[in-house]
Amino acid sequence: MDWSDTGIVLAARKHGETSVIVSLLTAAHGRHLGLVRGGAGRRARGVYETGNVVSAIWKARLEEHLGGYSCELTRAVAAEHLDHPLRLAGLSALAAVTEAALPEREPHEALFGQFARLIDDMTSGNWMRDYVAFEMELLTEMGFGLDLSECAATGATDDLIYVSPKSGRAVSRAGGAPYKGKLLPLPAFLAGAGAIDDGLPGAVDVMDGLTLTGYFLERHVFVHRRGGAPAARQRFIDRLAKSDTISRR
Amino acid sequence: MPITDIDRLIQMLAKLPGLGPRSARRAALSLINNPDAVMRPLALALTTAADNVKACSICGNLDTTETCAICTDTRRDGLLICVVEQVGDLWALERSATYSGHYHVLGGVLAPLDGIGPDDLAIDALVARAKNSDVTEIILATSATVDGRTTAHYISERLEGFVAKITVLAHGIPVGGELDYLDDGTLAAALRDRHTV
Repeated sequence: MDWSDTGIVLAARKHGETSVIVSLLTAAHGRHLGLVRGGAGRRARGVYETGNVVSAIWKARLEEHLGGYSCELTRAVAAEHLDHPLRLAGLSALAAVTEAALPEREPHEALFGQFARLIDDMTSGNWMRDYVAFEMELLTEMGFGLDLSECAATGATDDLIYVSPKSGRAVSRAGGAPYKGKLLPLPAFLAGAGAIDDGLPGAVDVMDGLTLTGYFLERHVFVHRRGGAPAARQRFIDRLAKSDTISRR
Repeated sequence: MPITDIDRLIQMLAKLPGLGPRSARRAALSLINNPDAVMRPLALALTTAADNVKACSICGNLDTTETCAICTDTRRDGLLICVVEQVGDLWALERSATYSGHYHVLGGVLAPLDGIGPDDLAIDALVARAKNSDVTEIILATSATVDGRTTAHYISERLEGFVAKITVLAHGIPVGGELDYLDDGTLAAALRDRHTV
């Protein structure tokens, strides 16, 4: 058994003294693990940093075996963000959430595409919005997608500003008025009312988006995971909350 | 079949880093062949170390005293603290003989996938040291990895307001390194942090 694919490093755990078990998000084979002999060595260590894009060849005698990877670094994404605390926290959260949420060996091409685009655009101002969009897509791929097309109470398609925590459906301002204390805020960019920019409202919207996706990820995806959502996600939110744009809310 | 003393010795040696069963057998044979010159002194050294070596109560370095030799050395610059992940990193910096300040050993890095959070590291102790002393600079000498740098950013956030200067180690071309053999990340970092000649 063998295949080759493009992969993004989600995690690398040391195995023995010189090897690592690498978890890659691949285009056609989903989240897939494999052993890399010598992966913990001085020369190869840098290849298996979170977020790096590699060209991977996986080989095993039987399909159900762990198998072994041989990887060639295509793009050193991690190195680009090491000196940027917020971007690094975002990259760690992105990889940790994907690693914790996705089942092994289940192809999710749309998710892979979104992940790849996100790490490509991490130097742009809108990457945090794309991060929220990624978590929305993750929920959809896991079978818990939110229906934000119309108001669950009135059927209206405009002025959607809430999401029902029970049904995961959008609720309009008028329809949600009596229950607004119990509803989750729906950021404008998720309701399709326009993309956010780098400015202040965008940053607040991102926080609302993370609260929204976080609620449903905890409820549906991480409900059986010890400790809930990965700690890296919370650290990303904490760092985002401390950034100037958010604290001036 | 009962395990003999030799088997037990080989098994224990094979647990050491760098030694597999084959090399453990060779080491065991060498020890057995030199009982007075190597084996007994080694056993004594192991027992003594197991009984006496402990972590320094200030920096976490290993020594036989409550406060390690580095922390008690008055010739060292007490206004500088270099934060390292493990004692091995401290030894590496000491080998370089270029740093004469104090240290702080974290005991690892933040690793969400392995369940290592801030409470598992000596970060609170570092913040307390920074608060209660006249330290002017803290050097964060964590690895240039995602986890290492995430830890450095987290610590710098926690130290904000307590120390005048927080720095991280530079990364770039190693001494003796050739551009052709460097990975893209190191090259990009080196180019970004270039300086005037």
